[in-house]
Amino acid sequence: MAKLKRDKPGPFEYSRKFSLRFSFFLASVFLYAPIIVLVVFSFNNSRRGGNVIWKGFTTKYYEKAFHNDALIEAFTNTLTIAFISTIFAVILGALTAVVLWRFRFPFKPVFEGMVAMPIVIPEICMGVSLAVFFSQFGLYVPAGTPYPFNLTNIILAHITFSFPFAAMIIRTRLNNFNREMEEAAKDLGATEFQVFRDILVPHMKPGLIAGALLSFTLSLDDFVITFFTSGPDTVTFPIKVYSMVRFSVTPEINAASTILILITLLVTAVAMKFQTFEESH
Amino acid sequence: MEDFRKHFSVFLTFFTPTAGWLVLLFFVPLGIIWVYSFGENISLTEIKTTWTLDNYKRMFEPQIITLFWRTVWLSTLSTIITLVIAYPISMVIATASNKAKPWLMLVIILPFWTNLLIRTYAMLNILGTRGRINDVLEWLWNLGDGALDLIGLGAFDLLGEHFAPIRFLGNNSGVMIGMIYVYLPFAVLPIYSSLERLDRNLLEASLDLGAGQWRTFRSVLLPLTSAGISTAAVITFIPMLGSFLIPNLLGRGKVDMIANVIERQFKSANDWPFGSALSLFLLYITFIILAIQAFANMRANKGRNDG
Repeated sequence: MAKLKRDKPGPFEYSRKFSLRFSFFLASVFLYAPIIVLVVFSFNNSRRGGNVIWKGFTTKYYEKAFHNDALIEAFTNTLTIAFISTIFAVILGALTAVVLWRFRFPFKPVFEGMVAMPIVIPEICMGVSLAVFFSQFGLYVPAGTPYPFNLTNIILAHITFSFPFAAMIIRTRLNNFNREMEEAAKDLGATEFQVFRDILVPHMKPGLIAGALLSFTLSLDDFVITFFTSGPDTVTFPIKVYSMVRFSVTPEINAASTILILITLLVTAVAMKFQTFEESH
Repeated sequence: MEDFRKHFSVFLTFFTPTAGWLVLLFFVPLGIIWVYSFGENISLTEIKTTWTLDNYKRMFEPQIITLFWRTVWLSTLSTIITLVIAYPISMVIATASNKAKPWLMLVIILPFWTNLLIRTYAMLNILGTRGRINDVLEWLWNLGDGALDLIGLGAFDLLGEHFAPIRFLGNNSGVMIGMIYVYLPFAVLPIYSSLERLDRNLLEASLDLGAGQWRTFRSVLLPLTSAGISTAAVITFIPMLGSFLIPNLLGRGKVDMIANVIERQFKSANDWPFGSALSLFLLYITFIILAIQAFANMRANKGRNDG
């Protein structure tokens, strides 16, 4: 009897209540079922209406996706943009984080608000304003510019929306920096630059990596802003998939999407692995 | 923290790149569309800034008012449903064992790392009249129909003669399901953290003093986590208000929200001044919502400090 009583969930052990557990389960089904269906139907052996009737297993749509030059080019573009914009986003983010953490200056709250603005404003506003900006000042990179410089407009846009996120993450990391280390180094004759390079940057490193991974996924993920800043020759993966979806729904899109899901999962796994590694050290 | 004048050159090296970047690639572009919103098209490619208010006046046309109204109510309703789903989920995560907590959190957050376009496309596939959702509904229908047959009510066709698939795509329901699907993980985080910070003793006290589970939930738990709920509401409502892809793909062009009309002004309709005015309007709404929330937070904090 006593045992039975212990097994009954207490009043606030919500996680042990059947009704709540069941609602958690339902929500997980809601979140995962569409993605699982998408992955399953990437192996469907049916050309038309590939997502309706199951017609047997095949991997030919993966082959097809790998041989689709336009898709591969879009994919390469997406990765290039993500890599380059991440480097700049982390540098700018680190500079911003250090400014906000180290200095007291007039209108600091205003500056903080300005940095946070790209995070909060609707994507479409940013996409539209950058498109108008580039075209108005004739800053659109002309067609035929050699790779990867033809991607400059998109890269500039991606740096702008991702560096505030990187700055936020790096700043959290800076908050537990021991200022005495810096003072000790300075007392021993280190210059500002040496202190920055040998003390501050190593301390920021986990933040820099977390910020980089976030910027990278944000860049991979972006559709709306890229949609407005890309030209006909600079198609990214999401833009290409979007035009394919608008044209017709085929298992090839499912296959391509599955590959991107795998890549994002990999990046996320690396990020988490790294975080738990840092925490345990 | 040190004064910026103490190491002014160091301050400048750190400050200038960020500030310059932000001004050049964020504020100048916004400034340009602000100026454009007072302009008019004088030819296909040329826009003249005449400081006219026509673009803003056009927002009071019935068509645009309907558009705003649809955008606002679709986002509001979707936000409410998202919160209703997110709350029990957060309760489960917050009270789970320390070992299970990160895993449960991961289950909810992981889909958020998947590309928005892919998630919308995944939804598109299962919401069709011959999609997986209708498969499940048909299966349930057959089950129900069989059960009715079994108890001798089969002749009345209580569930209709045939299974009629539900249309989700191209109407409000599909767009709402899509938005809830995409932004649900956003809502869980703030609610979860407010539940985490909650003092459990207050719940115990409420029970000890004779309030039931439901009463405790309504009069103690909900008010104490209201800050988390309002944050969750704001961070789901704002992106919903500006969503483009979800109404575009799941609404099949029949359910326009503000962003879809903005896109059309810049791509096919080629009316940049009006598009600029609409974007700025969306931006102002966002700021107003954020300001209201900041104000409410300030008041809540002040109330707590006074009392």
